[in-house]
Amino acid sequence: MSVRRSLAAMILPDRQADRVVPPSGPTAWLTTFTAGAMTFLAVFALALSLASGRLAERWAGALAGTATIRIAAPADQMAVQTAAVLDILKTTPGIASARAMTDDEQRALLAPWFGPDLPIEALPIPRLVELTESSDGFDAEGLRQRLLAEAPGAVLDDHTRWQRPLAVAASRLNLLGTLSMALIAATMAAMITLAANASLAANAQVIRVLRLVGAQDDYIAAAFVRRFTLRALTGSAIGAVAGTIGIALLPPVDEAGGFLTGLGFTGLGWFLPLALPPIAAAVALLATRAAAFRKLRELT
Amino acid sequence: MIAFENVAYNYGGGELLSEVSIRLAPGSFHFLTGPSGAGKTTFLKLAYAELLPTAGHVTVFDRDVRSLTRDDVAMVRRRVGVVHQDVQFLDHLPLAANVALPLTVAGRDGHMQDLTDLLGWVGLGKLADALPASLSGGERQRGALARAIIMGPDVILADEPTGNLDWEMSLRLLTLLVELNKMGKTILIATHDLNLIRQAKSLVAARVLRIRNRRIQLAGADL
Repeated sequence: MSVRRSLAAMILPDRQADRVVPPSGPTAWLTTFTAGAMTFLAVFALALSLASGRLAERWAGALAGTATIRIAAPADQMAVQTAAVLDILKTTPGIASARAMTDDEQRALLAPWFGPDLPIEALPIPRLVELTESSDGFDAEGLRQRLLAEAPGAVLDDHTRWQRPLAVAASRLNLLGTLSMALIAATMAAMITLAANASLAANAQVIRVLRLVGAQDDYIAAAFVRRFTLRALTGSAIGAVAGTIGIALLPPVDEAGGFLTGLGFTGLGWFLPLALPPIAAAVALLATRAAAFRKLRELT
Repeated sequence: MIAFENVAYNYGGGELLSEVSIRLAPGSFHFLTGPSGAGKTTFLKLAYAELLPTAGHVTVFDRDVRSLTRDDVAMVRRRVGVVHQDVQFLDHLPLAANVALPLTVAGRDGHMQDLTDLLGWVGLGKLADALPASLSGGERQRGALARAIIMGPDVILADEPTGNLDWEMSLRLLTLLVELNKMGKTILIATHDLNLIRQAKSLVAARVLRIRNRRIQLAGADL
């Protein structure tokens, strides 16, 4: 019998065949519970993976294509240095635009730390020049050298020292989420295999009788596989619903801000947990089928 | 139908059967006798491919059992009905479902009239819905016989089928087997009940095989 026919036989309902295995055993709840718990965790892993992907995009989008030049100079030389920096930027290839931030803008940047009434004019605060690069990009190292020579108090911050570790962190989080889902699937397969083995061992006499009267391995395996697949599907559906409700109950992003509160799904992403029960059922089907054929060869 | 050619079987602790050559012709009736532990059950298991010989060849329906896949073995067992002394049923299913099990696993459900007739023939018509645990030894043996023949097998192998039965019930079972033989089925009964064999010889032309010193001999008039 081909693998495709064999798998089809294991999925399609067969009431007569299902009756030959005793209706329930001590492992019945184990499969349902394991599938439910694992899917519940998988929903969170999925949310983590999606959120970290979004975060990486957001960080990259916010920082890409911009840079800042910080000018630290005595108050009487600040205007001269700023003008020099802007002149340098005008003649630097790859710079689309550049402008010095106003006092009000700098005050707004510092407001979260020092409050809105900061006397910025009286403090030796560096002047910030914001630049936007063109699509060709600019030579950051070359610009640093020119600034060092022509405006010694100016320091280029092209955000790469922030952007790179953030991108790596987001990428790692994404990988972690994916790895978690793989581990969850593997753990579920292992648990279902154990449950299936226990069930097959407990039904050794049933299997012997079935072999004696001419049952083929596919027929016997299918009776067990259908049962475990259905249990996994049921448990996983419950776990997916519970996990999705748990995600939905997390505080919204706007309320508290930060990464953790952005863990929820967005848009069509809310439908992704629906894919988990069929995956859990597929894992159960393959794990039980492998266990059943291994046990059948041992028993008869 | 079933042929043994220089067959030996070794359980690991020594040779149980050696140089066994026998052929069960279609429609024949054989008894296999010998002391307990002589190898009667092993002989039967070799005949329905539960065991493989350690030497020689067992041929079932013209195929060497060593060449059979697990699916082939299943197909062979649909043509060989087996009755054990310790009848094993599926305890959660009623008798009728147990008897119909070979049909169920072969995907040939829907022969309910045949099932009803068969249960009536073995005298279990009123017990169709009974669970196996509630059946007596004789009822279980007759149920096992019904299960063994429901597929219309070519061969029926019975291992001490009357071991747990009183004489009256043993004769009833024997009569059923003789009737099946008259329908053309090949019958082999392993038993150490010589009275049963004598009774059978008055009903049917049965050959008696005896296992002695690991070999099979044709038994003579001393029975």
